Amino acid sequence: MRHIISLLMENEAGALSRVAGLFSARGYNIESLTVAPTEDASLSRMTIVTSGSDAIIEQITKQLNKLVDVVSVMDLSEGEHIERELMLVKLRAEGDARDELKRMTDIFRGRILDVTDHTYTIELTGSRVKLDSFIDAIGRDLILETVRTGASGIGRGNRILSL
Amino acid sequence: MEMTGAEITIRCLQEEGVEFLFGYPGGAVLHIYDALFQQDKVKHILVRHEQAAVHAADGYARSSDKVGVALVTSGPGLTNAVTGIATAYMDSIPMVVISGQVPTYAIGEDAFQEVDAVGITRPCVKHNFLVKDVKDIASTIKKAFYLAKSGRPGPVLVDIPKDVSAHKTEFVYPATVNIRSYHPQGRGDSQQIRQAAQLLLEAKRPMIYAGGGVVLSGAAAQLTDLVRLLGFPCTNTLMGLGGYPANDKQYVGMLGMHGTYEANMSMQHCDVLVAIGARFDDRVIGNVEHFAQVPRKIIHIDIDPSSIAKRVKVDVPIVGDLKLVLDELLSVLRSSRQKPDAGEMSAWWSQIEEWRGIGGGLHYRNSTEIIKPQFVIETLHKLTGGDAFVTSDVGQHQMWAAQYYKFNHPRRWINSGGLGTMGFGLPAAMGVQLKHPGETVACVTGEGSIQMNIQELSTCKQYHLPIKVLSLNNGYLGMVRQWQEFFHGNRFSESYMDALPDFVKVAEAYGHIGIRIDKPCDVEPAIIEALSRKNDLVFMDFRTDPTENVFPMVPGGKGLSEVVLSEDL
Ligand SMILES: Cc1cc2nc3c(=O)[nH]c(=O)nc-3n(C[C@H](O)[C@H](O)[C@H](O)COP(=O)(O)OP(=O)(O)OC[C@H]3O[C@@H](n4cnc5c(N)ncnc54)[C@H](O)[C@@H]3O)c2cc1C
Ligand SMILES: Cc1ncc(C[n+]2csc(CCOP(=O)(O)OP(=O)(O)O)c2C)c(N)n1
Ligand SMILES: [Mg+2]
Repeated sequence: MRHIISLLMENEAGALSRVAGLFSARGYNIESLTVAPTEDASLSRMTIVTSGSDAIIEQITKQLNKLVDVVSVMDLSEGEHIERELMLVKLRAEGDARDELKRMTDIFRGRILDVTDHTYTIELTGSRVKLDSFIDAIGRDLILETVRTGASGIGRGNRILSL
Repeated sequence: MEMTGAEITIRCLQEEGVEFLFGYPGGAVLHIYDALFQQDKVKHILVRHEQAAVHAADGYARSSDKVGVALVTSGPGLTNAVTGIATAYMDSIPMVVISGQVPTYAIGEDAFQEVDAVGITRPCVKHNFLVKDVKDIASTIKKAFYLAKSGRPGPVLVDIPKDVSAHKTEFVYPATVNIRSYHPQGRGDSQQIRQAAQLLLEAKRPMIYAGGGVVLSGAAAQLTDLVRLLGFPCTNTLMGLGGYPANDKQYVGMLGMHGTYEANMSMQHCDVLVAIGARFDDRVIGNVEHFAQVPRKIIHIDIDPSSIAKRVKVDVPIVGDLKLVLDELLSVLRSSRQKPDAGEMSAWWSQIEEWRGIGGGLHYRNSTEIIKPQFVIETLHKLTGGDAFVTSDVGQHQMWAAQYYKFNHPRRWINSGGLGTMGFGLPAAMGVQLKHPGETVACVTGEGSIQMNIQELSTCKQYHLPIKVLSLNNGYLGMVRQWQEFFHGNRFSESYMDALPDFVKVAEAYGHIGIRIDKPCDVEPAIIEALSRKNDLVFMDFRTDPTENVFPMVPGGKGLSEVVLSEDL
C-alpha cells in the first residue's frame, strides 16, 4: 500500500542523508521525497511517499523516529490529509495543437509560464493522479520535458505535526 | 580561561570520568595528543591497530557499565576503526569514538588522509557529529556521551577537524543535555504491564526468553526475581548469557542455532512467550514462518520500539527500560492473588524434562587421544570456578565457550554476537583486564581469529595485561569447515589454515609465555600453570580435534524443532 509520511527534523547538514541512507540500507521503497525548511528555520519538513506492507510501514515509522535528528513523524495516510505535487512540463506546441493545449491546461487549472514559437511550459499543481492524467490527456508525443517535485502533504483540520 | 579545542576535548573526557582512552595517533589528532601529554587523569592506551582500540574500548564497556572511549586519526585511522564501531553498534554497546579530520578549509578537496567519516560511519553508529566550530566541542561531547549510554546504547562518533582542535575558546562543560528530538522511554505503559501480568498468570506453557538487554540495562536481579516468582523456564540468548544464572534449575540453556534442544523446543511449543531485551534474531528463531506455525501469545519488552514487531507479531508490546518495567511487573504479580496453575506448570516441566532427556543436554564424546575443544572449556570453567571474564572470537570455539562455560553473572561473557567479528577477542580482553586488574580474563580464540589482531600481544606487553589466551587450534576455519561439511558436500574450499606460525614462538617473541598442548592429559596442568602466573600473559596453543563440530545445530533457514542433535544420531 502507498503511504505518505511527514516528518519534522533538525535542519542540520547531513540530516537528509540520514533519512535517505536509512531507506536504501534497509531496502525500503521511496517513490518521492521532498524537503525544505519550515517557518522555524531550525526545522526541516519532509514528505516521503513510500509503499510496503503494514509491517514494513510500521518499521519505517519506527526507524525514522529512532533517528536522533528526527523530531516527529506522522503517517498522513492514516487519516484525512491533503497532498499536492507541482509539475512543470514543456510541450511541443505548434500549429493547431496550440489551442488544444491551452484548452487542456485550463481544464486542469494549470498555467502557461513560458511560450515560444514551438513550445509551452506549463505549471500544474495537484495530486499525483491529476498530474498523471494530464500527461495521459496530452499524450506523451508532445512532451519534451517534465519536472515533478514529488508530493508534499499536510493533515486536515486538527492533525498537526509540530515540535 | 581560553583553551584550545584539543585541551577542551581532553577536559570533557575528564569531566565524564573517562579512565582509559584507547587510541592511535596521526596528523589530524596531533593537537589532541599534545593536550593528552600534558595531563595525567585520562590514561591513554596505545594499541597496534585502530580496530583493536575500538574493540578494547568495547570490552571495557561490556565488562562494566561505563562508556568505552577511543581516539583515532583521520583517513585510514577512521576506516580501520569502522569494523570496531559496527561491532559495537550491532550489540548496542555504549561508546564514544573521537576521530581527527582534515582542517575545515580542506574538507571536500580530497585532502591528504581525508575520508567522509560521518558518511562512512552513518549506518553503523547511533549518531555522529562533525564539529565545525571550537565553541561546539564541549556541548557535542556532552551529547555524545549522553546518547551513547541512554536509551538503547550504541557508539557515537565525534569527528573533529584539525584546525578546530587548535582554535581557542572559553571552556564551559554543560551540566545537562537536552536534545529536543530525542526522548528515550523510561517506564513502561502500566496498562500493558498489567495485561502482560494477566497473560503470564494464565499461561499453561510459558517461556521466558531473555537477551542482551538484560545485561545492558543491569536488570539481571529483576529477571531472576521474575523467573523464580513465576516458576517458569528461562533461556538466554548468546548476548544474554549470565543475565540468568546458568546453574539454576529453571535455566534451560542458551537457545537458537546452537542452543539446547530443551530451550528450542520450549521456545517453539510455549503458549505464552515473554521476550525481555531480546530481538528475535534469525540465529535465534530460525525460520520465521516455521516459528509462527505454533500459535502463542507474545509479550515483548524492549527500550527500542523498532526491535518490537520487527520479525514476529507481538500481542503485548511494552516499550521501556527493563529495570523499571520488570520492577513494575514484579509488583503487579506480587500483589495479585492469582498464581500460575500448579498442575499446568508441572505438566509443562515434565515435558521440558523429557526434551532435556532426548537432547541429553550438551554432550560430546571425550577422548584420551585427542583434545576435544569442549573439554578445554569445561576445564577452564572448573579451574576458574565459573568466575572468570571470558572474551571470545568468532567461530566454533565461540559456541563451545558459550555452551560449556556456565555463566552465573552478567558482564562476564564478552563476545561479538551481532556482527560476528573475528579479531574481537584479544583486544576486547585488554579492555576487560584494564577495567578489572587482578581478575582472571580468559580469551577463548581460534588459530584463525587470533591472527586477525595478534599484533595486540605487543600492547598487552606494554601495559602488563596478564590475559590467558586459550587458542583452540583445529587448523581450520572450523565454523566454515563445519558448514562446508554439512551443506557443501565436504568441499573444504579455503577453510584449511595452512602455514600456521609456531604460536609459542610468536608469544615468546612478544615477550610472553607460550605453551603448546597436544594431549588431553596436559590440558588441566597447562591451565593451572597459566592461571598461577598472575602477572604473565600466557598463550595456550591447544591442538584440538580438527573434525569436531558444534552441536546441537539448527541449520540456517530451518525451524527451531528441525534441529540436528549430534553426529551419532
Ligand atoms: C557464529 C555465531 C553463532 C551464533 N549462534 C547463536 C545462537 O545459537 N543463539 C543465539 O542466541 N545467538 C547466536 N548468535 C548471536 C546472534 O547473531 C545475535 O547477536 C543474538 O542472538 C542477539 O541477542 P539478543 O536477541 O539478546 O539481542 P541484543 O543484540 O543483545 O539486543 C539487545 C536488545 O535489548 C534492547 N535493550 C537494550 N537496552 C535495553 C534496556 N535498558 N531496556 C530494555 N531493552 C533494552 C535492545 O533494544 C535490543 O533489542 C550467534 C552469533 C555468531 C557470530
Ligand atoms: C572478520 C571476519 N571474517 C570472516 C568471518 C567468517 N567466519 C566466521 S567463523 C570463521 C572461522 C573462524 O576460524 P577460527 O578462528 O579458527 O575458529 P574455529 O571456528 O576454528 O573455532 C570465519 C572465517 C568472520 N566471522 N569475521
Ligand atoms: Mg580454527
